[in-house]
Amino acid sequence: MTIQVVAFALILAAIWFLGRNIVHNLEELGKDFNFSFLNSRAGYDINQRLIEYSNDSTHGRAALVGILNTLLVAFLGCILATILGVIAGVLRLSKNWIVGRLMTVYVEGFRNIPLLLWIILIFAVMTESTPQPRDFRGEDAEASMILGESVAVTNRGIYVPNVVFTRSLGGNEMTEAADGVEAAVIPTAAAIDWLLVLVLLVGGVFASKAIGRWATRTQEATGVRPPATFWMQLGVILGPFVVVMLVLGATLDIPELRGFNFSGGIHMRNSLIALWFALSLYTGAFIAEIVRAGIMAVSKGQTEAAFALGLRPNRTMNLVILPQAMRVIIPPLISQYLNLTKNSSLAIAVGYMDVRSTLGGITINQTGRELEGMLLLGLFYLVTSLVISGVMNIYNNSVKLKER
Amino acid sequence: MKKSVLLGTLAVAGLAAGAVSAQTLDEVRARGALNCGVTTGLVGFAAPDANGEWEGFDVGVCRAVAAAVLGDSTAVNFVPTTGQTRFTALASGEIDMLARNTTWTFSRDVDLRFEFTGINYYDGQGFMVPRELGVSSAMELDGATVCIQTGTTTELNLADFFASNNMSYEPVPIETNAEAQQQYLAGACDVYTTDASGLAATRATFEDPSAHVVLPEIISKEPLGPLVRHGDNEWGDIVRWTLNALIAAEELGVTSANVAELAAGTENPEINRLLGSEGDLGGMLGLSSDWAANAISSVGNYGELFEGNIGENTPIGLARGLNAQWTDGGLLYSPPFR
Repeated sequence: MTIQVVAFALILAAIWFLGRNIVHNLEELGKDFNFSFLNSRAGYDINQRLIEYSNDSTHGRAALVGILNTLLVAFLGCILATILGVIAGVLRLSKNWIVGRLMTVYVEGFRNIPLLLWIILIFAVMTESTPQPRDFRGEDAEASMILGESVAVTNRGIYVPNVVFTRSLGGNEMTEAADGVEAAVIPTAAAIDWLLVLVLLVGGVFASKAIGRWATRTQEATGVRPPATFWMQLGVILGPFVVVMLVLGATLDIPELRGFNFSGGIHMRNSLIALWFALSLYTGAFIAEIVRAGIMAVSKGQTEAAFALGLRPNRTMNLVILPQAMRVIIPPLISQYLNLTKNSSLAIAVGYMDVRSTLGGITINQTGRELEGMLLLGLFYLVTSLVISGVMNIYNNSVKLKER
Repeated sequence: MKKSVLLGTLAVAGLAAGAVSAQTLDEVRARGALNCGVTTGLVGFAAPDANGEWEGFDVGVCRAVAAAVLGDSTAVNFVPTTGQTRFTALASGEIDMLARNTTWTFSRDVDLRFEFTGINYYDGQGFMVPRELGVSSAMELDGATVCIQTGTTTELNLADFFASNNMSYEPVPIETNAEAQQQYLAGACDVYTTDASGLAATRATFEDPSAHVVLPEIISKEPLGPLVRHGDNEWGDIVRWTLNALIAAEELGVTSANVAELAAGTENPEINRLLGSEGDLGGMLGLSSDWAANAISSVGNYGELFEGNIGENTPIGLARGLNAQWTDGGLLYSPPFR
């Protein structure tokens, strides 16, 4: 008890000392402590923007662009890492010698080499091994677009077609009419269009689940499953989707080489792809081990019992083993998600403009507000991590062993 | 365990507190070496040679200050910094001075709390493109992908230039010059932009420099110079006047070859004051009387430094241009040593 009190007092003293030190040193340097720099003009450009941003926007806006970029790569990374991890973890237990060893090589290779090296390696390979946009030019070009001339793989990223609408809810602009050329509608995509599509899709999924429950009830009551349940479920998801796409006049915006670069379509920059893959492969290797441990924690008797009931191996895995393994898997999986999110701050190595590069990099550098910037950055990662672990804990509570 | 960590933290914090308030000159003397921030590698300005010895134009300024303060031009710890880390390194006391192609701007001088001690290179921002692109002017760069080093003034100038000319571009942010070079040569960007001197230095290291052109437009003023922390004026004076001594030495005809001979005393009183055989300018700075002679004998005067590292006879091949002495139509003009 005494030791605890002394330790507590010492820690308080240390915090007080550090705080006073900061105040004193800032005074010495003649710097004040305020966040007004967030409202001043940023002056620099960001290549990947999920929201409107130009160099006339504020530093706060630049930080927001960075935050969204961080969240984007973390979200994509968590999904891909989970898929890779589950597949690799299950396959590592495979009785097939080659498959098992291959997965061992993957797991040991990725988790024992620093993430930064993987990020840089993947980025370098993508830059050096793919053609430049100007190689696509000319009669006998060195490179050509793939998948029916719709996708261009270049060393600046991958250009894929984008869906745009000729009758967008956000309104369309017209091209100017010239001699012999009629004014044409410029297809665009407003956020509200995609929101509508998303709402319909989510609604469709719920409706399809309701149909499924109704079919099961009918089956349990009468012994006959209503005919074409599957097609009804599919129709209720796809029907409204197809209708709204037709109403909005959806067309494909296919990238084409114009000037220095491809324009049109969606540009997935190399920096994003390299960072996403490296984070996913690296974290996936750790998740694979967690999945393997989770599966091995389920007693062998469960498998044998399932086999005795006549279940085939893959149904045994999906219906018996994995649901039980989830209880062991979820808690360490949460910390892998947190790791991935925080590791995304290595983005600057490949010039991906995440929040570390905008707020924690250029903004700090241009305004000289290291302390404020770093505090904000720390706060952002803290809040993000707490939110992720909060959400995952809710999920964990829903799958964990329920004792009645 | 917990306690030792705590004590360690306290000790580190105590040291940090001490570092800011102590005088830089005393600290450099006590350490016996100058901590000088330079680039992570830009041939001609600051780069390690085959033996790992740092050399270059900015390195020369560091060595001159070390020679003036400690009498030994090799007593320098070179700390490589990127565009993003340089100011933090200087503000935190990790380095005593920064000589890293850093542009003197109002906000860096006033708001970031630094003290620019002069200009050792008058520069401007330019663009380099592969010759096969057929671009002859920066006005033709609409839609181009541009490699830039983040945390620099070039980043801001670039945004201003494209916005004011109503052109669009795709920035590719990069940490160091070496990475920029790799990206540019791989064709991941069409254009590389930085200070014109940096472009010349970078191009000189290419396998085929003639395949790349530096466009004629210079879109900004980039006065590059060494800087120190705001507040320690004595230290600022030492760095400022060491640079001035190199510039004045060229004007007065003092070179590394004849400095020993001239230091014995000459007919010209200004040379005598500079080299310490008359008056006590060194003492006023808190240095020995032969401070300037030491600096000049170890790195040469400004002209020697320029010609030896980035001048027309080197692979980088920069002309003196604005960086000639005022007597030759340039902008170099040292205040008098009096």
